[in-house]
Formats: sequence, C-alpha cells, structure tokens
Amino acid sequence: MTMKEEFARVRVSQEISEGAGGTGDAPIKCQVEDLNFYYGKLQALRNINMVFPANQVTAIIGPSGCGKSTLVRCFNRIHDLYPETRYEGKIILQPSGINLIGPETDPLEMRMRMSMVFQKPNAFPKSVFENVAFGLRLREINGKDLSGRVEKALRAAALWDEVKDRLRESAYTLSGGQQQRLCIARALATEPEMLLFDEPTSALDPIATGKIESLIFELKKNVTVVIVTHNMQQAARVSDSTAFMYLGKLIEVAPTKKMFENPSNKLTEEYITGHFG
Amino acid sequence: MEEIPSLQHPVAAAADLAQHSPPAETPSARRRLSRLKERFIEALLFLAAFSSVAITLGIVGTLVYESSTFFAHVSIREFLTAPLWTPLFSPPRFGIMPLVMGTLVTTAVALAVALPIGTVVAIYLSEFAPVRVREVIKPALELLSAVPTVVYGYFALQFMSPLLQKVFPGLPTFNMLSAGVVMGIMIIPYVSSLSEDAMRAVPMSLREGAYAMGANRIITAIRVVYPAALSGIVASYILAISRAIGETMIVAIAAGMQPNLTLDPREPAATITAFIVQVSLGDLPHGSIGYQSIFAAGVTLFIMTLIFNILGYILRKRFREVY
Amino acid sequence: MSDFKHIIAKRKRQDFLFNIVGILCTLVGILTLGALLADLLIDGLVRINWTFLTSFPSRFAERAGILSSWVGTLLIMIVTAATAVPLGVAAGIYLEEYARRNWVTNLIEINIANLAGVPSIIYGLMALSLLVYQFRLGQSVLTGGLTLAFLILPIVIVATREALRTIPQGIREAAYALGSTKWQVVRHHLLPYSLGGTMTGIIIALSRAIGETAPLITIGALTFIAFLPPPPIKGQAPFVSFEWLTSPFSVLPIQMFNWVSRPDQDFVVNAAGAGLVLIFVTLLLNAIAIAIRYRVRKRIKW
Repeated sequence: MTMKEEFARVRVSQEISEGAGGTGDAPIKCQVEDLNFYYGKLQALRNINMVFPANQVTAIIGPSGCGKSTLVRCFNRIHDLYPETRYEGKIILQPSGINLIGPETDPLEMRMRMSMVFQKPNAFPKSVFENVAFGLRLREINGKDLSGRVEKALRAAALWDEVKDRLRESAYTLSGGQQQRLCIARALATEPEMLLFDEPTSALDPIATGKIESLIFELKKNVTVVIVTHNMQQAARVSDSTAFMYLGKLIEVAPTKKMFENPSNKLTEEYITGHFG
Repeated sequence: MEEIPSLQHPVAAAADLAQHSPPAETPSARRRLSRLKERFIEALLFLAAFSSVAITLGIVGTLVYESSTFFAHVSIREFLTAPLWTPLFSPPRFGIMPLVMGTLVTTAVALAVALPIGTVVAIYLSEFAPVRVREVIKPALELLSAVPTVVYGYFALQFMSPLLQKVFPGLPTFNMLSAGVVMGIMIIPYVSSLSEDAMRAVPMSLREGAYAMGANRIITAIRVVYPAALSGIVASYILAISRAIGETMIVAIAAGMQPNLTLDPREPAATITAFIVQVSLGDLPHGSIGYQSIFAAGVTLFIMTLIFNILGYILRKRFREVY
Repeated sequence: MSDFKHIIAKRKRQDFLFNIVGILCTLVGILTLGALLADLLIDGLVRINWTFLTSFPSRFAERAGILSSWVGTLLIMIVTAATAVPLGVAAGIYLEEYARRNWVTNLIEINIANLAGVPSIIYGLMALSLLVYQFRLGQSVLTGGLTLAFLILPIVIVATREALRTIPQGIREAAYALGSTKWQVVRHHLLPYSLGGTMTGIIIALSRAIGETAPLITIGALTFIAFLPPPPIKGQAPFVSFEWLTSPFSVLPIQMFNWVSRPDQDFVVNAAGAGLVLIFVTLLLNAIAIAIRYRVRKRIKW
C-alpha cells in the first residue's frame, strides 16, 4: 500500500467514524479538532479529529509509540511540565466550550477539572486519607466536608471496606492493586468532568486488573471516561467506543462492538487480529 | 551506607570460564605462576582497602589510650559537671561543658543559616530553576565548600564581625554569631547539593500525579517531593551537623579562645576544636596534662559526631520510602 | 466552575513568591563567595609581589613572606599524593572489582562512609599520638603528609569507585572473553577508562588537603619558620636525598592563621595576601577538575 492510498483510507475511515461516532445520540463531552502535538521537532500527534460522548467509556488502543498516551496527556496539560512541547488545534470541552489547549487557558484550571490515573500507581508518601484528601485540600475543602468526601471517593473506588481501619497508615503499606484504586479514589474525590486512565492496569496482576475494570464500568454513570490501553480485550470489556491509533494518526473510531467484529479499516483489522503491534 | 549492586558474579563467572579454557600452548608452570601473581595482587589490593579500617582503629585506639591517662586523675563526674575548663591554670578545673556549649551554640547558629537556606536552594534548583541555571549555579555553590576554612575564618573576623556590629551595637570582635553565620554559609552546599540530588531522584510520576490533581509547583515540592526525598534530605542535614560540630578554623579565629558557659551567641566562647588548636599552638610536652586534655576534648568531639551519625543512620532507615 | 479562579490566582502568587525567595537564597551563597573574594583582593592585593613569595616570615609585616610556607605546602602535598593516591585507588579497585559480598567488605564500606564524617582535627590527634610519638616520626613533613593522606583517603576511594562504576559491564565481559586475567582487565581496560573520573576526585581531594589547617596545627607544625627543608637533589652521589621528609615545616593556611591572629593590622594584610594565594590555588585545582570532568563526559559516551 502506498502512503497516498493509506492516507486516503485514513481520511475515509474518519469520515465514517464521525458519522457513526458516539453511540446513538449521547451528548458530546469533548471534541478534538485538528490536534497536532510536537515534542521539540518530533511530531507525535498528526491531525487528530474525534469526539468523546458524555458518560461513556472511550478506549484508545494501538501499538507502543502510536501516540495514545500522548493524546490523553494533552487533556490535562501534563505536557506543559516539560520543555519544548507544543500543541496545535483544539480540544473543546462541553458544555462550557472552553478550548483545553488554547494559549488563553490556564493549565492549572484544566488540571482542576480533569483527573488522571497513571500507568503505575503513584500514591504520594502520605497516609491513605491524605492521598485522597490531596486534591480536595488544593481546592480548599476542609473540615467535616473533607472526611465525607474522602469516604465517598474511597467507596466509589471500591476500596473503603479494605482501608477504613487504616486511613492513617502510609499509602505504601497497601498492595499494588489497592494503591491503584487509591489513585482512582484520589482522582474521583475532586468530582472531575472527565476521568483519564493511562494504561491503568499495566503494572497489576489479573485479579487487581479485574477489579479496576469493573470499577471503570461503574464510574461512567457519573463521569466521562477515557482509557488508554495496549490490551485489546480490556478495551472490548470496558468501553462503549474504541479508537485505534497508529504512528500518531487516528485510524478509526467506532462503537466497540463494531470495531472488534467488523472494523472498516484494513490496518485496524490487522492490529486487532494480531498481525502486528 | 548505600547497598551497591555487586558487579561481582557475572565477572567472577567470566573469569572462571577464562581460566577453565586452557590456552593450548601455555605450559602449566607458567599458568600456575600467573595465578600466583593474580592472588598476590588481590592480596595487595585487599590490604589497601583494609588500611581504612586500620585508620579507624588508630583513631579510636589513640583516643581511648591517651584519654584513659587523663581520666585516671580526672573523674568522669568532674569532667561532665564542673562549670569551668581551665586545665592549664592552677588550680586546674576540668569541666568540658563550657567547650561543649560553645560547640553547640556555634553549630546551632550555623544550622539556623544552612538548613533553611540550603533547603530552599535545593527546592529552587530541583523544582523551579531552568536546567541551564541549575547547571551553572550548582557547581558555583559547590565552590563555597572548596574555599579553605582558614580563609572563612579571616572573612568572619574581618568582614562578618564588623558587619554584624552595625546590627548589634556592642558586639565584641570575637563572637560566636559571626563564626556561626559564616560557617552556616560554608555548609549551604552540603545541604543544597545532596538534598537536590535526593529530590531529583524522586520519580517524575509522583510529580505528574500531584500536578494532575491541580497542584502548583511549590505545593508539589513541599507536600509531595520533599517528603518523598526525606531520607536523602535528612542525610544531608546530618552531614551538615557533623561538619559544623567538627569545624575548627572558623571558630578558632573568630569565635574567641576563652571557655565561656553561655547560650548567647553574641558572646565570645571557645569550642572543643578551638581549644585543641589553642593548646596545640603552645609548647606541648608529651604526657603533660595539657597534652592529655586535648585527647579528652577529642574523645568528646568524636562521640558527639558519632551520636549524630548514628542518629542519621536511624532516621534514614525510618524515612526510606519505596515509591 | 469559575470559583477555581481565585484559588488558581493564589497558587500562582505562591509560586511567584517562592521563585523570588529561591533566587534570593541562592544569591546568599553566590554573593558571599563574591564578597569573600572582593574582601581578600581589597585587603591583600597590595601584598602580592615577588618579595612576598620569596621571603621568609619576619617580625616586620612588610618584609614578611610566604616562601617557607608554600614550599612546606608543596612538600606536604607530594607526600600526601604519593600515599593517598596509590592506596585509595587500590582500595577502590578492590572494593569495586574484587570484593565478595561478605561481612569484611561490609565492614570496610561502612567504615569508609564513617571516616568521611570524622572531623579533620581528630585525624590530627591520632597522628600526634601515633605518628609523632609512637612511631617517632616527629613533627615532620612526613607526619604532616601522612596525616592529610589519611584524611583524604575516603574521598579518593569513593571517586575511584564511582569512576569504575560508570564503565559498562560489557567492557569487562569483552576483555574476559579474550582470555584476560582479572588484573589484566583492570590494568589494560578499567584503569585507563576510569582515569578521568579518578583524576577529578584526586584533584578535588588534594585541593581540600591544601586548605586543611587544624590537623597540621595539632601535630605541631611550626607557625614561624625561617629556613627551608634540605633540597631533595644533591650535588654529589647519590644525588637524591630524603632528608626533607624529616624536616620541620609550616604550610600556607597555618601561616595565614598565624598572621590573622595578630592584633597588628599590618599582619592582617599579610594574612589576606596568603589567603589570596591559597584561594587561587584551590580554585585553580577545582577548575582543572571541572575541566577534566567536562572533557571526559564529552569524549566518552558508552
């Protein structure tokens, strides 16, 4: 396949996916328009266009280095921490209509409205309670309100029963899976508009992974979820729609069922059937 | 002591392999000779490494041996409780407390300067400063600890004392404050460099976690990076304390030579180290009481630094976090 | 969601404030270094001339010089380097390449870490009792040099080990694969490759030794000395003499200390002059060390 043909196919599949994108008539939470992203001179994202329906789980899959983590890290402007990174295009958050990556938008504000769960559990060197309270304290929530919301978040992360008697212990006394659920509780506590997962189970064993997957399924009642994963079975299990990325480009977005049963792009099919990646 | 991952095993295995495959034309006698040579070299190298233990034994041995003659005619009780240290006067008094106090006060002044400033510099360099600024500032600050201490002594007496006399009228020329402040500035790089190394070793993922929650730089630094690096930071604090306690020339030049039991840093007072220097400058007959007294003072100094080193070791273990 | 606005503004103010505090604290160190150099230059530059470098100390400040003390410093450094470098490098090689993980190795390693924290004046006391009186070496150049060698030994050992540690394991394996013995690997590969790092550590250690005063005062170095040790080279056979090793000595920092302790302001000028020479030498050595480190880093990329 020549490059030209490939590009043509990509463009076609995007049009298809935009037509079929989102399942049914769910309102849109967020739309990405002509997004390009650069690490110095290296272009990591190429002209991404897609939508994220509200209160649904969108999975992003693709081989290593395809730009899926880079994409999700644009949403809370984590790239701003590193020198020589550059965004082009728009990520519009609804209903406010604010452009996440616009120069007029404060990264601090975006991080206050988004939450992220990272690849490896990154609990802070603090007690279980203080880990969950971290974001709340940053938002100047104190006193009784605080402990109520910490408990609520821990319950929502299905961790409360396991840690309710050890809230004052160091977070590092928890197991890896518990620590990752603690990070989810920490992310939920601030009631974010979107919850971003960057390969949240890649460092966990199958049992802990199962717990987190069923949790993600529950979470979408209250929040719009984006999950980056290299594990296609995981995408199939937890997501409503799935996006496939390759070499910094978005190849195809479709409802998850259709994506895995009848992908419209040859590249997607090859990846899903395990011919590369 | 950091555990250093041993490079030994793969090397040893390779060496065995090398030895077990005999080069065809080498006569066995030559091989035996070469193996003997290897053994001999290893023994020599071991002796070199073991010489450091011999130095420690020498230090502890001489301190114990020489001060035992001192404590044969001065009771430990007199040594620890008498309020005066006048070993060369008559009647001599042998209370170490005035010297210990001088050491503690100058150390406290130095730490009051070095710990806050060193910590702020470490946070600034690790979390705030652009890479280029850090690469210039860090070695420049490290030059501070390369300047000979006798030069600092000169600086404390000729520059800092007159300067502080403008702030505190009536401050004597020799005083513990000037010496302590200059000593504090001298040990800033011990705190800032080691603390900065510790903070930079904190994985980026922890910082990303904090920033993703909406934290700003200073809150990320204070609430997440600092506690995560605490074991290394405490190590730098302990090193600073050891340096301050053992520092000699700055206090000998600028803090005064008279033992003086006081907590007021504006007064002159001799430290343990300053006393040892003062006595050594005079004629010191071997075996005289003056000779013995500097070893008694030395033992006290050694024990004080030892206590802080052990404390540091315990604290480091306690604060060691696995990220 | 605009209720975040005032919190965000506050956070930005905090960051801005800390930035300023951080720069100010950094400046404390930098400015002190500057003030110290300026102070020495203003006080002491008038004294820096040929006579100052080539005269013995004197009762008259303007006739006094640092000849005997800089010669003393030079001789002491020769003894220190000749002792500490082979001993420290050998110890570093042993610990990094030979030592097995056992209690003896652990003991040595813990011991080296602790030695680095022992105050320098304690080394002086040890040398006074052991070298001066037990071994009857007297208050000589040899005693002084050995004392400072003991003092910097841990620095040399640690620097050697760190330099060896940067050499990738593959180099060792490649050398062994060619049939080298352990010592051949060390001598033909590891020592040359780690030379830059080791040299940097050695120079830093020597620059520290040059500034050391307290341990040498403790062993009884002289503060007023108006003669030079006998020269190491003689007119008649055997042409080489080690008499200088047993000679009494003074060193630059002690000369400076002696002058700064005098009430007479004229001698303070001399002290500043000696301080300038001392700081010039230490900063020069540090600059050399930094230059070597920089070149090694640029040249070698594993």
